[in-house]
Amino acid sequence: MPETIMTRDDIFKKVQEVLEEALGVDEDEIALETSLTRDLEAESIDFLDIVFRLEKTFTSESAPFKVEQGELFPENLTENPEWVKDGKLTDEGMKMLEDRMPHVDFSGFQDDREVTKVAELITVNSIVEFVERKLTS
Amino acid sequence: MRWMWIDQIIQYEPDRRLVAIKNVSLAEEHLHDHFESGPDGDALPLMPTSLIIEGMAQTAGILVGTMSRFQEKVVLAKVVKATMEKDVVPGQTLRYEAEIERYDPLGASTQGKIFRLTHPETEWEQIGTIDLMFSHLDQNVSGIEFPEENFVFSDNFKTILQSAGLAHLAAIESE
Repeated sequence: MPETIMTRDDIFKKVQEVLEEALGVDEDEIALETSLTRDLEAESIDFLDIVFRLEKTFTSESAPFKVEQGELFPENLTENPEWVKDGKLTDEGMKMLEDRMPHVDFSGFQDDREVTKVAELITVNSIVEFVERKLTS
Repeated sequence: MRWMWIDQIIQYEPDRRLVAIKNVSLAEEHLHDHFESGPDGDALPLMPTSLIIEGMAQTAGILVGTMSRFQEKVVLAKVVKATMEKDVVPGQTLRYEAEIERYDPLGASTQGKIFRLTHPETEWEQIGTIDLMFSHLDQNVSGIEFPEENFVFSDNFKTILQSAGLAHLAAIESE
C-alpha cells in the first residue's frame, strides 16, 4: 500500500507530540513561533532527546529518518574563529549557518549576531520545516 | 558508605539489555531518616524513590557503558519519565531491567522497568518505569574538555562487573 504523504499540519501535530514528551510541556504551549530554548527552556540534552524522537516518529518502513550530528542544531560554533569573533557571528559564520540550516529563520538576526542567542532562533516552525525538507528530499 | 545502589548484575544481553538487583536492608542509614519515627514511634522506613532512580541510572549507565567498552564517560543527563506505583521496604528486593532504546555517538536513551520481590513470595511484581537519557561527556556540544581517565566507571563498578563475570568488558584483566 503506498504511504500517505504527510501534510505540513500532520508534521506539526507529530512534532508537537515529540516536544510534549521530550520537554514535558502541554500542547497549548507549543505554537509554530515558540522558541525551544527561550519559551520551553530546552537544554542541550533535550535537543538529543528531540532528535532521537524525531527519528523514531518519522522513520517509515520504506525510508529511515536519520538526523546527522549538528544537522538540526548548531554545535561547537565558538570553536571556529572564522565563524565567531568577540562573541558575534562573522559574515562567514552567518553564511555557514544560513547554508547549513535553511530550516531556521535568520532574517531578524543580522544586526544582533550574538552567538549565545543562536539557539533561541530554533522554533517549532524550524523543526517542522526541517522534517518537511527531509521527507521531501 | 559507597555510592552503589545495585548489588548484582543478574542478566546481560550485549547491546540490548541489563538486569540488576538490590536487596533493601534496614542496615542502610538513610532508611532511618526516610521516614524517622515521630513522638508516637511511627517510623516508616521506605526506599526513597530518588535512590531507586539512581539504581536504575547505575544499571542503565553500565549497559550504555558496555556499548563503548567503557571508553566513553557516560553520565546521566535526564530523567525523561519516572513512575512508581508502590513502595519498597526493608527486606524486599528490587529488580532493575534496563534496555537500550537508542544509542548515538553523543549519548543514549534507555527504557527501564522496576520490579519488587516480597519474600518469601517468588513472583516479581512490576512497580514502576524509569526512562533515562545519558550523555557521553567527551562528545558534549559545548566543547568542554574532561580528564582522560574514565572517572565515571570507578573501581566500584568494576567490582560489580567482575562478580557478574563481565570483567572482560572493562578490560580488568589487563590492569
